[in-house]
Amino acid sequence: MCLQLTYVVKSGLVGFPLHQLNTKILPTLSATIPTPFPLVFSAPIVSFLSFIFSSPLSLPSSPPIFSPFPSSLPIRKKMATAFSPSKFAAQPFPLNTTSQNNPLTIPTIASPFLGSTRKLIRLCSSSNLNLRRRSGTVVAVSDVVKENKSKSTPNLLITKEEGLELYEDMVLGRAFEDMCAQMYYRGKMFGFVHLYNGQEAVSTGFIKLLKQQDSVVSTYRDHVHALSKGVSARAVMSELFGKTTGCCRGQGGSMHMFSREHNVLGGFAFIGEGIPVATGAAFTSKYKREVLKEVDCDHVTLAFFGDGTCNNGQFFECLNMAALWKLPIVFVVENNLWAIGMSHLRATSDPQIYKKGPAFGMPGVHVDGMDVLKVREVAKEAIGRARRGEGPTLVECETYRFRGHSLADPDELRDPAEKAHYAARDPITALKKYLTENNLTSEADLKAIDKKIDEVVEEAVEFADESPVPPRSQLLENVFADPKGFGIGPDGRYRCEDPKFTEGTAQV
Amino acid sequence: MAAIFQGVGAAAALSSSPSNSFDSKKFVSSPLRKGASFAVVRSDGRVNLNPKGRRAQQLISNAVATKSDSAAASSSSKPGHELLLFEALQEGLEEEMERDLRVCVMGEDVGHYGGSYKVTKGLAKKFGDLRVLDTPIAENSFSGMGIGAAMTGLRPVVEGMNMGFLLLAFNQISNNCGMLHYTSGGQFTIPIVIRGPGGVGRQLGAEHSQRLESYFQSIPGIQMVACSTPYNAKGLMKAAIRSENPVILFEHVLLYNLKERIPDEDYICNLEEAEMVRPGEHVTILTYSRMRYHVMQAAKTLVNKGYDPEVIDIRSLKPFDLYTIGNSVKKTHRVLIVEECMRTGGIGASLIAAITENFNDYLDAPIMCLSSQDVPTPYAGTLEEVTVVQPAQIVTAVEQLCQ
Repeated sequence: MCLQLTYVVKSGLVGFPLHQLNTKILPTLSATIPTPFPLVFSAPIVSFLSFIFSSPLSLPSSPPIFSPFPSSLPIRKKMATAFSPSKFAAQPFPLNTTSQNNPLTIPTIASPFLGSTRKLIRLCSSSNLNLRRRSGTVVAVSDVVKENKSKSTPNLLITKEEGLELYEDMVLGRAFEDMCAQMYYRGKMFGFVHLYNGQEAVSTGFIKLLKQQDSVVSTYRDHVHALSKGVSARAVMSELFGKTTGCCRGQGGSMHMFSREHNVLGGFAFIGEGIPVATGAAFTSKYKREVLKEVDCDHVTLAFFGDGTCNNGQFFECLNMAALWKLPIVFVVENNLWAIGMSHLRATSDPQIYKKGPAFGMPGVHVDGMDVLKVREVAKEAIGRARRGEGPTLVECETYRFRGHSLADPDELRDPAEKAHYAARDPITALKKYLTENNLTSEADLKAIDKKIDEVVEEAVEFADESPVPPRSQLLENVFADPKGFGIGPDGRYRCEDPKFTEGTAQV
Repeated sequence: MAAIFQGVGAAAALSSSPSNSFDSKKFVSSPLRKGASFAVVRSDGRVNLNPKGRRAQQLISNAVATKSDSAAASSSSKPGHELLLFEALQEGLEEEMERDLRVCVMGEDVGHYGGSYKVTKGLAKKFGDLRVLDTPIAENSFSGMGIGAAMTGLRPVVEGMNMGFLLLAFNQISNNCGMLHYTSGGQFTIPIVIRGPGGVGRQLGAEHSQRLESYFQSIPGIQMVACSTPYNAKGLMKAAIRSENPVILFEHVLLYNLKERIPDEDYICNLEEAEMVRPGEHVTILTYSRMRYHVMQAAKTLVNKGYDPEVIDIRSLKPFDLYTIGNSVKKTHRVLIVEECMRTGGIGASLIAAITENFNDYLDAPIMCLSSQDVPTPYAGTLEEVTVVQPAQIVTAVEQLCQ
């Protein structure tokens, strides 16, 4: 197996010395994974820990390493040398949060965060390949990934149809969110609206691999997850406008996108709240297979959540339960480095979230979340694992949100340089480039898709505008599935039998 | 203790008569041949055909007589079978699990250990480890897991080892359990049952003696019921499992060993109805769970003193059965509420508000409410006794009310 060390250095962002996590370390770390007690696992523990993908989509003429922080310079020198595992393991992340002359309180161990633009070691020039170092017991092999391909027969990751589908989905997400922002500022929607700009690769990369019966659980940043899963743009826009034709009849809002038809299980306002629900959906899938004897039930659940959630108890509790019972679930961390104004590095003792997977007995994978093809490759493996009944996977997608946390967030805390850095790695631009450079499609086709999506989004807004607002009578309709739950009134009848009740004017 | 069982006996006898002209029937008397199939007319007018009566046969031999009581003694000529409250719960749960494969149990130590109060004893052997799931100690997460499973088609019964532990699951119970049906626009139902023992026990300490009904009562979208006898325990358990709404079933630590004779046939207790324990004329005493027995004990004294209290076990803590309560108020014009939860913001407080709002004209005196002291339950036995309402206090209150 050819060992290709590729790591890319994030410029301008300090973080844990992830670059030290080179492939030499992987065997060491895999050896240290403890056997879970009791030994319920019959399969060998999979320990493919970190996939460091080369970045075929990165701009070849990337800007030089950008380092506003002088402390990052020594790290760059270190990068070229081999790193000892002990150094890696022994280095605790300092809690130093004194800010000197920059508003971002960055700890002074300046280490680049994985996934920047600069490639240090180029692979074979057929840069479409993903190579990764595998430890001994990797279970799944992505059928698209091939090693040691020659130059003359590049192996593309996607077909033209797939490429266009991915492109369309990401453009839909982007256009929709931009329209949301416009509508919000025009006063068509209120409250908290959290936009997904910049993170489209994660949603598209994962959700486009799912079947209709697979479930998706998200957070408050859920518009694009719902769209990727198949909920129509009209339904989502109406929901945002609070109209009765919305996917949740206007009762949920931006943070509560549900769809029974497309198995979108929410939309949760509190972070971490959705993860147990996702675990429950995965439990149902396993239950259906084993107790209800629906032998071909292989429904997978994806739980999307952010870096802030990874410090929440529900995250860890669910990692434990999912690994314990080998539930068909994939935990997708959308690590965009910021939880409103709290930098991930300031909030987390060990910012490498993917490492928390092996601690619970599941593989932890890190992937560049600005690259839809890489995400898709990892997603294929993780979802494949879950479908085969091998258990959960923790996937950390390093991504970034171009806008603030919500439309109410002035977004003053993040460094403009950091934003510019990631803006240059826009997943849509990157995919566009990939598609055109590899002659999968033409600019014209892509422009046609752009236009089509614009029309879809415009139409969605029109539809939402014209939809009726919920009538008063809708107020009490969905409080209980069985409205007898409102009880028996003084007259001896169930309250729900009272005609005034359905008008929403009765007292309860 | 004999008084309590007498109360149970009286309750069992009285609960068989419909308390109001309203159309509800808890069960229909029917031929008692085991294995007979017959109809149960439920309060919503639907008729349920009992598929099999075979399980009734197994459980008679299980009834362990922990306390012999001549009044409620098992005489073989009486119909039904005798068992303890926890066995009644187990029976209800087992019957529902047999009836519907989607019913599953999740909780700490429910499987191999059989439940810390033996409510799920033997179920794991019978139904397997996945249907009776031993969870790690993560209430918030496994409650959420139960909710996710309910949304996707199962009917889980989540057990809190002690109701107090469900405080850890408050996030999931309030935000998800209560709300998801609404925020999803009615797309997802959550037919979950959350149950567990609560209440003040025998010197269990403050944290194990909590009464969460007052905390949960404001959550929109859930129903709360409290069982007090083996009969209504089994009935409410079954009704809760069959209900499409999320239901929280409150049991009491001290009531698990109550013995009663319950019918062999399939029956449920309506989730929204109250139970008439003892009809009377002078005063309405509203109570639930363990306090029912203190009230019945006080009732004996009161009867001797010449009072005729009407005792209603409200059973449905949310929503209140204002019909039964209202009829009673209209008859007696005096209300005493005896509850075990805290004074501040408790069930009694809500009940006072509801009665005053609806039946103020029928009251001859202000409503009296006896609740536990607003005190973390002390360990010391003497102090613990004082935090909870005792029969003597009930007698005094009635005398005061009826002056």
